[in-house]
Amino acid sequence: MSENLKPLWPYVKRYRRRIALGFVCVIVTNAVGMAFPWVLKVAIDDLVRALTTEKLLKYPLMLIGITLVQAVFRFSMRWVLIGISRDIEYDLRNDLFSHLLKLSTRFYHHNRTGDLMSKATNDVAAVRMLVGPGIMYTANTVVATVLALAIMLHLDSRLTLLALLPLPLVSVAMRYLGSLIHDRFEKIQAMFSDISARVQENLSGIRVVKSFCQEDAEIETFKRMNREYVEKNLGLIRIWGTFYPSLEFLIGLAFVVVLWLGGLQVISGRISLGSFVAFNTYLGMLVWPMIAFGWVVNLVERGAASMGRINVIFVTPADIVDNDVTLSDAPPIRGDIEFRNLTFAYDGHPILRNINLRISRGQRVAIVGHTGSGKSTLVQLIPRLYDAPPGTLFVDGRDIREYPLEALRSAIGYVPQETFLFSETVAENISFGVTHTTAEEIQRVAEVSHLHADVREFPKQFETLVGERGITLSGGQKQRTAISRAVLRDPKILILDDALSSVDTDTEERILRELDVVMRNRTSILISHRVSTVKNADQIVVLHQGQIAEQGTHQELLAHEGYYADLYRKQLLEEELEQI
Amino acid sequence: MASFHEEEALGKAYDHRLMVRLLAYVRPYWLLVGAALLCILISAGLAAIQPFLTKVAIDRYILQHNPGGLRWIGLLFLAVLTVGFVLQFAQTVMTQWMGQRIMYDIRVEIFSHLQRLQLKFFDKNPVGRLMTRVTTDVDALNELFASGLVTVFGDLLTLLAIMVVILELNWRLALLTFTVVPLIIMTTTVFRRKARQSYRDVRAAVARISAFLQEHVSGMSVIQLFNREHRSFQQFDEINERHRKANYDSILAYAVFYPVVEILGSTAVALIIWYGGHEVLKNILTMGTLVAFIQYSQRFFRPIQDLSEKYNILQAAMASSERIFKLLDTPVTIASPKEPGIAGEIRGEIEFQHAWFSYSDSATPTDEEWVLKDISFKVKPGESVAIVGHTGAGKTTLMSLLQRFYDLNRGAILLDGLDIRNLDLGDLRCQYGVVLQDVFIFSGTVESNIRLGTEWIDEEQIQNAAVDVNLYDFIRELPNGFKEEVRERGHTLSVGQKQLMAFARALAHDPKILILDEATSSVDTETELKIREALARLMRGRTSIIIAHRLSTIQNCDRIIVMHKGQVREIGNHQELLARRGIYYRLYQLQYRDQEDRVPPATALPNPAYEGNIP
Ligand SMILES: Nc1ncnc2c1ncn2[C@@H]1O[C@H](COP(=O)(O)OP(=O)(O)OP(=O)(O)O)[C@@H](O)[C@H]1O
Ligand SMILES: Nc1ncnc2c1ncn2[C@@H]1O[C@H](COP(=O)(O)OP(=O)(O)OP(=O)(O)O)[C@@H](O)[C@H]1O
Ligand SMILES: [Mg+2]
Ligand SMILES: [Mg+2]
Repeated sequence: MSENLKPLWPYVKRYRRRIALGFVCVIVTNAVGMAFPWVLKVAIDDLVRALTTEKLLKYPLMLIGITLVQAVFRFSMRWVLIGISRDIEYDLRNDLFSHLLKLSTRFYHHNRTGDLMSKATNDVAAVRMLVGPGIMYTANTVVATVLALAIMLHLDSRLTLLALLPLPLVSVAMRYLGSLIHDRFEKIQAMFSDISARVQENLSGIRVVKSFCQEDAEIETFKRMNREYVEKNLGLIRIWGTFYPSLEFLIGLAFVVVLWLGGLQVISGRISLGSFVAFNTYLGMLVWPMIAFGWVVNLVERGAASMGRINVIFVTPADIVDNDVTLSDAPPIRGDIEFRNLTFAYDGHPILRNINLRISRGQRVAIVGHTGSGKSTLVQLIPRLYDAPPGTLFVDGRDIREYPLEALRSAIGYVPQETFLFSETVAENISFGVTHTTAEEIQRVAEVSHLHADVREFPKQFETLVGERGITLSGGQKQRTAISRAVLRDPKILILDDALSSVDTDTEERILRELDVVMRNRTSILISHRVSTVKNADQIVVLHQGQIAEQGTHQELLAHEGYYADLYRKQLLEEELEQI
Repeated sequence: MASFHEEEALGKAYDHRLMVRLLAYVRPYWLLVGAALLCILISAGLAAIQPFLTKVAIDRYILQHNPGGLRWIGLLFLAVLTVGFVLQFAQTVMTQWMGQRIMYDIRVEIFSHLQRLQLKFFDKNPVGRLMTRVTTDVDALNELFASGLVTVFGDLLTLLAIMVVILELNWRLALLTFTVVPLIIMTTTVFRRKARQSYRDVRAAVARISAFLQEHVSGMSVIQLFNREHRSFQQFDEINERHRKANYDSILAYAVFYPVVEILGSTAVALIIWYGGHEVLKNILTMGTLVAFIQYSQRFFRPIQDLSEKYNILQAAMASSERIFKLLDTPVTIASPKEPGIAGEIRGEIEFQHAWFSYSDSATPTDEEWVLKDISFKVKPGESVAIVGHTGAGKTTLMSLLQRFYDLNRGAILLDGLDIRNLDLGDLRCQYGVVLQDVFIFSGTVESNIRLGTEWIDEEQIQNAAVDVNLYDFIRELPNGFKEEVRERGHTLSVGQKQLMAFARALAHDPKILILDEATSSVDTETELKIREALARLMRGRTSIIIAHRLSTIQNCDRIIVMHKGQVREIGNHQELLARRGIYYRLYQLQYRDQEDRVPPATALPNPAYEGNIP
């Protein structure tokens, strides 16, 4: 548990002043609260001695006064300590997101969105409970217990010790149950994550679910997972179902001791009736801290379990970041790219092998090849979505790692094979990669991708909102938005990964014509399955099972009579067939 | 942006109505509630006995110097405690169990409702927000059901019991104690208004955080590629800050409320001492009674304080139940009719009759808002029809309508002569095997992605489907074959592989009608050709509708429909359309032009290194 909580320390430390202030409030609240039974005691003793009526007004006023003071401090205690927990929650969540922003694509390919979300919300909330109510009630409990005990000891030390006989039992029970709670809660949170992830996928894929009539099957799975979740929760409930009542029982035992032995002492005249009543009251004041203590143990264990889960993210190193090889004064990128005997594997099994490829600045290179031959993998290495092994990938003759990541990526306009748009307006999506832009600029790049013709038809033009991932746009519109987005960055290197796959031939033709202008003076890499798209490239590369199988211009490759010539012939053949 | 991410302001809170609805969830567990209440009732009784025992001990034994009797009181006290322990345990487990069950019920209800809602709803609601409805919003109800509801009764009963006891003890003193109650009620009313608003803000902020994370985590690589980290962080910070602020507001409301109740409580005690003290002095009241009274009055305020704590829970629960109920109240506009027409074994005839459609909600869409205008065509059973047209022409929309993802504004779609609105939704959609333009792969295995939850598909069918789409060789190479793990959205597959997998999924479901929306757009030519061969066989006996931008893909189709800006512009077979010299002719010309710089056909000497298709 303590291991898990270590990362929390810096956060707590940041607020140590306010926490100290909060503790002062706790102490004062409790100290003043202690005076309450004392006044009661004095009042009763006075009454037994049948004192004057004037004094009778004094005690009630004192009581009210005490509570007023207590109220002020109790308020401050909550305001300060719970407030801090909200601040820590805020800090922690911000830090978590900020760390997520640094983690590489590899991390996201191995973690489920719903799981990460649930860590950033649900687990952070559990940690918040630990630092807020957790700390507050701990402080409260400790102070209340110490004060009550001190006074009780003062009143009658022997009676106090007797009353506290059951205490050691409590701590043993706590230890044991605490670790059980920890384990079970961890499993519960993991299950919750699973459920979130499942719901997330289901809702994102709702079209497929509906299309294949999977609603009932999905509901069944959801039910099954939730039943499991309930089961796990019940396991935890059984533990603390015994937890609280046991604590209450133990404190009740103390009551019995006091009533019996204390009563005898009053009889024998060793203590006054007033003291006896007060003693009872103080003991009563221990009930609540006791229960709170149980609750705190529960909170702490849960918080620790959650912190452990969150920490898994924090300890994942951001592997693609600037480091000591990075040159702070790297020259601007001009666009020469070279793969030097590059071999690349995602996990063990190499996907790309011995790639040697030189692309000079301003050149236009096309990559073709079978599905799964490694085309996307190859181009992903350029903006460092994945890292190529050191000494295999060079930009302007320097190892790619020497460029600051930000500078490198700023020089690249990338159109991913799968379009991802944000739920913002079309204009915002297009200008996603630049800090400042004008309506004219947006219009211009929309013309490049021929999106402007579509946008013109939209009732709200460029201010049209697109749904999440751009679902309210047609396939081709999405893809073309992504092209505009990349072009607007005015990049030195433009990468189009099968970026015209959802576009009709007519529009494709126009876009290619526009891109012709755009690609002048830029290094550009085009991936496509269509000969028509790639044939004008300066260099065409054929990838086959992760290796470069052919390389050359359109004419050269046709003469080579390999994959490319075959591809060409097949695509021609189709058209001839159509003609018949 | 605002309209997508800001939730509509909720109307006035109707607490009692919400409460009644929430209570309806408790109904199936009334026996349990009864049992738990009984436990609480007895516990409360036992709790009320404890000070009484003290009083008896003081008045009868201690002041009378009777140590023997004291022992009996001690034992009695112990017995009371033990019973209390057992009852409390039973009650905790029962109420918590019930809380879990109710949450389960509500979760399943929300999720099931979500499954039935129409796509229009999903177009407008971020996934992350809907997730909070199913997850954390329901969690916020937990405390209400698990510890709140039943213990509220417990507290009320305790309160009642104590009221009876103190009235019995001394009614004048008791009435004096009660004078503060109206003040407490007033405080509560003020508190409610403040607390509710802040809890609402909290729930809205939680949903916003969740939606933001959902979107930005799934689009992280785009954020990184476009150097948006800093701005994304700022956006997140803003939302996170809003969450913090809303919580601070609720702390304020709560932190004030609790001490105020306490002040009122001790005022009552003060009154008792003042008044009761006089009576003791006048010998109207015994000392023991006064002491007991003070103890009781403190116990009287304990449940009241508890209740105020519960009130907090209640406010939080109300704030999230508002949202949950709002979701549950979203009408399902696309549902199976009460008495569906019989589809049974269908022939597969499809007809669009003057279909008009707009995605907008308005009843009278403007000219721009119409996505489909007066579409009419007919597909004969077993026929294969291609749909071509510019991007954004409305092809995908047409297919969505066919599956009744959306309903037409005007006109009708008929399947075998029956209006699809009269068919059972499940019956209707099960006729289709669809490859959607946006491929979606679930996390799971290769097999589970092809089969989904359809149980009747056996392994052979899965394998055949994989062979037909030319994916089998790839799968065989995987370490675990069909059982190979697939990540969320198929992250570790190439896009073409994903598309093929989705294609296999459609084939494996052996549909009567095949709908392929750009099903091979990301697949290489060779694979595509192979699939086309398989398709020629598979399309026999099925109606098929194929959308493709590559005209070569559709060469085997019986008829071609050309769409342009939401209208059907040309229908006919390849030759007829070419003869028309319209849009199709133009599209065709563009693709055909490549032939001008053709290579000499295969008569040239083959490259020795080149065997077959594999370089
Ligand atoms: N869910 C939606 N909500 C609102 N508008 C939509 C939605 N889906 C599509 N549209 C709009 O409807 C029009 C037709 O879109 P559709 O997806 O049917 O085109 P398409 O012919 O399939 O195009 P593509 O070839 O690019 O896939 C487009 O202008 C698009 O922006
Ligand atoms: N993140 C990943 N982890 C592990 N394997 C991967 C990952 N991404 C891709 N692969 C595998 O690497 C191979 C190459 O994938 P890649 O996406 O580069 O193909 P591609 O040439 O772009 O194909 P397509 O034409 O279908 O887009 C495929 O077999 C794929 O399954
Ligand atoms: Mg690819
Ligand atoms: Mg489409």
